[in-house]
Amino acid sequence: MMNHISKNQAVSIRPGTVITGKWHKKDYQIIKELGYGALGTVYLADSLTGPVAVKFGHDSMAITSEVNVLKHFSKVQGQALGPSLIEMDDWMNGIKTVPFYVMEYIKGEPLFRFLSRRGTEWLGILMIQLLKDLENLHHAGWVFGDLKPDNVLVAGPPPKIRLLDVGGTTLIGRSIKEYTEFFDRGYWGLGDRKAEASYDLFAVAMVMINAAYPQRFEKRSSDPYANLKKAIEQKDLLLPYRNVMLNALKGTYQSAGEMREDLVGSLYKDNKKKKAVQTNQHAVTSRTVRKKNLKQKRSKKYSILETIVLFTFLLAVYVIYLFGQ
Amino acid sequence: MEKGTLRQILLLTDGCSNEGEDPVAIAALAREQGITVNVIGILDDSAMGEKGLKEVEEIAMSGGGVHQVVYTKQLAHTVQMVTRKGMTQTLQGVVNKELQSILGHGQEMEDLPPEKRGQVMEVVDELGETIDLEVCILIDTSASMQRKLTTVEDAILDLSISLNSRIGNNEFSLYAFPGKRKPLDELLDWTPHLKNIHKVFPKLSSGGITPTGPALKGALEAFNQKRSKRRLLHDESYFEESGS
Repeated sequence: MMNHISKNQAVSIRPGTVITGKWHKKDYQIIKELGYGALGTVYLADSLTGPVAVKFGHDSMAITSEVNVLKHFSKVQGQALGPSLIEMDDWMNGIKTVPFYVMEYIKGEPLFRFLSRRGTEWLGILMIQLLKDLENLHHAGWVFGDLKPDNVLVAGPPPKIRLLDVGGTTLIGRSIKEYTEFFDRGYWGLGDRKAEASYDLFAVAMVMINAAYPQRFEKRSSDPYANLKKAIEQKDLLLPYRNVMLNALKGTYQSAGEMREDLVGSLYKDNKKKKAVQTNQHAVTSRTVRKKNLKQKRSKKYSILETIVLFTFLLAVYVIYLFGQ
Repeated sequence: MEKGTLRQILLLTDGCSNEGEDPVAIAALAREQGITVNVIGILDDSAMGEKGLKEVEEIAMSGGGVHQVVYTKQLAHTVQMVTRKGMTQTLQGVVNKELQSILGHGQEMEDLPPEKRGQVMEVVDELGETIDLEVCILIDTSASMQRKLTTVEDAILDLSISLNSRIGNNEFSLYAFPGKRKPLDELLDWTPHLKNIHKVFPKLSSGGITPTGPALKGALEAFNQKRSKRRLLHDESYFEESGS
């Protein structure tokens, strides 16, 4: 009955180990560890049907709860809201029973690695994609809850952000089960932990702040809102989205759709500025073109010089020939 | 109609008791009365003594609750997690008992196939969200805790945000030990919202003793008083009705 909450209890399984489910008797061969969370560890594994992701937990209750969420997701047809659930089972490893569940393996890249590789102009676009997914999720009656960079992945190509860990996903109207302080509006004193659309939208704004502040930062001062506002205004990366982010932090948006629309709008405003930059770039390119022309002119001069030298040489030979006669 | 109330004691301490009854024994008494004892051990830079760690674990085990040792920085997140986890654990205990009466002895949730387990868990989740909760928070204010009290205060406010986001009702009470003259001082009587705790915190004074056992006993009394008060109120309303 005694249950510790301790990260030391995380399940660690050596690659190559074959796991057989107690109930469904299916085999999974562990390939490598993919991630690590408060509730368990996720491994990449090989199954009869190809690669899958397997999450092992130490707490049967929490794992069962997550499976329940994933089950509901599969009932929402059409949209892939999270990884699709394959099955849940127990692994008897000789010492104790370890509950686990098997889900679709989503191959992709961590959000911030993608941004640094492909360019920060992707930030707005990926957030617009994310808001679309959140809108669908909210329509289905759920709030994602523990939204943070670790819980999304950029899959593709074409690049598409995907929601990953559903450990915090909660029915709308209930209280958020699981959260991470930096992304939690309760921590910043800007709202409660009721599962509603605006809770996720706050976290979207914080993910964007995190993109500009990879080390994150702690709540200071008695006015955390001013704290966050200043943080946004100090980074060029965030300035184009300033107003949208502030609205999300204040909880102004009632739906992900509203925020998405505004974010799209801010991207277009941003484009106008970019165009100005591009015309500048154009000036730069025409300068290089002119340089090229100069070079060409110079080479023309060289060819004239060459002709003159050749002509003089021939003339000299002819003069010598004349004297010789 | 009556779906019951969960009763919890949340003990925040940073060391071992050195006065009065054995806290592990009082925790066992609490459990007998249907009150769960969750314990959070607070560390700072120096590690907690082995004796302190053992006590934290033993109190929670004997009180049917959850324990966790944390650094001051992670306190807020841990307090709400431990409380929530304690609730789920108690509810699961209740559900397990029901299961045993249906399926026979020795049957627990883990013995159910995963599909059935999901249905049981949905009931537990639902109960955890809607059930009423009474939490008596016991704060160790002995000398070594002084520097951590602001964080403790934040963590308790944070807990109230989390719990008040639930559908069910909550009531909190707040006690500090050692008290000025008694083992335990009441800071805040039962209240649904922990808003004004800034006012009560600066009043705390610290002493050298840590009477964890007597403090737990005081918390049990707080629950009993609440129960008898409620009974009295119900009786009164009954009288009024019959009188009219």
